[in-house]
Formats: sequence, C-alpha cells, structure tokens
Amino acid sequence: MKTRKKSVKKLIGKRSLTRKVVGQKLSRDREKYASYTNIQLLTETERKFYGAGIPGVDVNTLKGKLIVVEGADGSGRSTQIAKLVDWLEGSGHATVQVGLKRSTLVSEELQLAKNSNRLSHRTMSLFYATDFADQLENVILPALRAGRMVLADRYIYTLMARDLVRGMNPEWVKNLYGIALEPDAVFYLNVSTEKLIERNFLKSHSLDYWESGMDLGLSQDWFESFSKFQQLMMEKYRELQKVYHFTIVDANHSVEVVHAILKKEVQKLLSNKKTTHN
Amino acid sequence: MAKTEFKGKLIAVEGVDGSGKSTQIQLLRRWLESQRLKVFFSQWNSSELVKSATSKGKKKELLTPTTFSLIHATDFADRYDRQLAPMLKAGYIVLCDRYVFTAYVRDTVRGCDPDWVHELYSFAVKPDLTFLFKADLEVSLGRILSGRPELKFFEAGMDLHLAPTREESFKIFQGRMLEKYVEMKDEFGFTVIDANGSIEKQQSEVRKLVASQLDLSRFALPK
Repeated sequence: MKTRKKSVKKLIGKRSLTRKVVGQKLSRDREKYASYTNIQLLTETERKFYGAGIPGVDVNTLKGKLIVVEGADGSGRSTQIAKLVDWLEGSGHATVQVGLKRSTLVSEELQLAKNSNRLSHRTMSLFYATDFADQLENVILPALRAGRMVLADRYIYTLMARDLVRGMNPEWVKNLYGIALEPDAVFYLNVSTEKLIERNFLKSHSLDYWESGMDLGLSQDWFESFSKFQQLMMEKYRELQKVYHFTIVDANHSVEVVHAILKKEVQKLLSNKKTTHN
Repeated sequence: MAKTEFKGKLIAVEGVDGSGKSTQIQLLRRWLESQRLKVFFSQWNSSELVKSATSKGKKKELLTPTTFSLIHATDFADRYDRQLAPMLKAGYIVLCDRYVFTAYVRDTVRGCDPDWVHELYSFAVKPDLTFLFKADLEVSLGRILSGRPELKFFEAGMDLHLAPTREESFKIFQGRMLEKYVEMKDEFGFTVIDANGSIEKQQSEVRKLVASQLDLSRFALPK
C-alpha cells in the first residue's frame, strides 16, 4: 500500500494538461447535440491501469473521462446515472453507459450460472471478471478513445468487495482486477441499511437472493441475511476506499440533493484541473 | 502454485496442438482403467456452463487476449473446484489433458502479463507428473490437417495477425508456444517426450514412467 501511495504522489507531480476539443465526434444518434461543437475540455494525459492492464493499449490515447458510481442495490445508482447523463448530454458531452453483467460475451451464461447456484465462489468471481474485461475492452476503452464520457453503473469495487466478503484471497483479487483502468472519479453512494431495505421493498417487494448473500449461510432469515451481508459489504467498501480513494457521497438525501452533489463534483473534474496543476 | 498434499495423484499432459498428447493420455487412461484403478479424466475447456460462452466467443471472434485468458480460467476454476480437487482428495489418479501451463504459454504469447497469468492460476496444485510432448511443427501441422480440412482461427493464432495464411500463422504462433514450454521445463519439472516417434513407442515410455513413479496398487477400485 505504501509504495502505491508514493507512486500516486509522483504521478500527480508529473501530470500535464492538454487542451482537447470534444464534441466533433458525437455519436450519430445524438445529432441534435451537433451544434455544441468546439466545447473546450481539459484532460489529463497521465492515465494508468491499476496493475497488469490490457495488453497493447496505449493509455495516452484514452481522451474521454471514466466516471464510476458505486453503491448497493437501492442506493439510487441508476437514477443518479440517468440524471448525470441528461445533464452531460444537455451540455454537449457524448456519453456511454456500462454496468455489470452486460457483456455480449458471457452475460447470458453468467445469468444461467447464477440461477443454477452450483458454481464455486472462485468460478463466479472469474465469470464476473470476464464480463467486466469484455466490456472494458469492447465498450469502455473504445469510448474513451473516441473522447466520450463513460458512466459506469458499478465497476471493479463491487466485484472486489463481493469476492472479499466471500473469502477470496485479497492478493489474488487485486491481481485479477489489475486489468482495470483507473477511473477519473469514483462516487460511492452511501446509504444506511435501513434505507436500503426500505427502497428495495418499495421497488420489488422482495429481496434479491445474491444481494442478500443467501449463498453465504449468514442466516436462514432473508431479512436478517440481507442486513448482515450489506454490513459486511460496507466494511469491505471502507477498506477498499482507503486504497482506491473513492468519493463517498451521503445518499440518504433526496434524489435532487444527491444529484446536485454529483454534478458539482463532475463539474470540478471537467474544468477545475488548471488550479491543481498550478 | 498451491502446495497441497492430496491422497490422489495428478498427471498432466502438455504440448502444442497436434503434438499427439490427447491420443497419449487416452491410451494411458485405457491402460489404468483396464487395471481397475480409480481414474478421473478431465479436459481443458470442457466445463459445461462456461463452454457455451467460450464457443460463442470463438465463433464470433469476440475474444481478446484478456477475455480469452479469463474465460479459460473460469472454465478451469469450475473444473478444479468441483472435480479435480475433490477427486484428488478422494484418492483418485486424475488425468488432465492440458493444465495451467497451457494458459501460461498461450496467454503470454498473446501478450498478457506473465505475473498476472501465474497469479490468476495460483490456486492450482502442481501436478505430480507433467509430460511435455515435443514434436516438430511440421509434424503437428500434418497431424491436424490429416484429420480435418482447415486449421481453426484461434489455434492458428490468427487473432495475432502474425501471417496472412493460417498455416504460416500456425507455425509462428505454435512455435512461440513451444519455445515457452521448453523454457519452463525445468522450473516445473516437465518430463519431455519425443513426440515425433510412433504412438506405440511414446505410450510405452509414458506407461513405464507412470508405473515407476506411482504405486498403482494404492489406487485399486473397491471389489
């Protein structure tokens, strides 16, 4: 950990800023925003993978921004992402959305595997990592190369937290996700367990088997298992927060209040880099 | 690699495509089973749930070096946790047609970071015996093409854009893998078998080695 922090500091020192013009490569289906050309955006050129990375990728060609929203089911992630997308596209930034279990390669098989409930933790973990890698290479990296804003509805941290709660070796997990690109911002929507339960019931009147950690045998009672599992997940998120430095957002507030916080942070990311540089 | 003591024994065969290793391990399996021993056989890339994703990925050429690596690791983990490890604990002779070394050579030839790949498979135990079947590439190529009309896209390493034709690409790609196999031979204690020779000669060598290194009577099936 210590060496990591050091290298981060070193990196900040070396960071240089270049002016990039985006808006010229807006997606075809977003033609209504075509008038927003020549929007100036400052980007950092120093990018990196967490570990081994993806072979053959030049990180300096990744001009877009990667913004991650993390949090448990019911923390309001998708609502907040939808609002960010509206706002960003309204201001002329082309966006792309990604999430877990959405890869062309394994999403179907992953669902089957989950339903069959007969795979080991390690196999599940690798299945999710494959799904992540597929989206990283086929969606995230190309979008960043094209200068788009990528909004990720969860990233490696949820996957890592789940693996750690399920007892996987931390070094192994860290190595596995060394393929991931370091995002420009990670927001963790922090919501109390009571509030999570309330929101899950409002949405579907039931708890999800996996989000309740029922495979761990924490309790035969779903309600109790859900509380225990979410508690364990929060502990792991807190540990990961120390290493990966996410911005923790108190998401017990109303949708509008949380949106205002996120908007402000993203705005900073888009325009405030000059001051940190000086 | 993991250091676990199992009651059973693990035998793996490795080599490039067309080296004849699958034929050899099948003959070994026959021989062991005919002696009424506890034998379990497992093949690379054969876990039912994962296989459909792998074949889809291969057919549509969706796989990148990283996803190629991860999907095979998923397949291996599934077989390892549900079959290989339990069978070894139960005292079986477990035969593997390809093991983690296949991933070490293939994935690194495709450009994946070697440390990353090794750590990915760090849960797997080292085999008690690993045979490396070493044949000339011309011989391997001839063996594959005598069985079917064309080389497969990934087996020829066409995703790496090494050469315009599958045959040329095969020779470069499999040649690099063979080099990597030979490089790691001492580190992992491979027993190298000259795979240019006749099937019978190779098999008798394999059987002799297995009989000398394993106390076969220990693995007898209950009467």
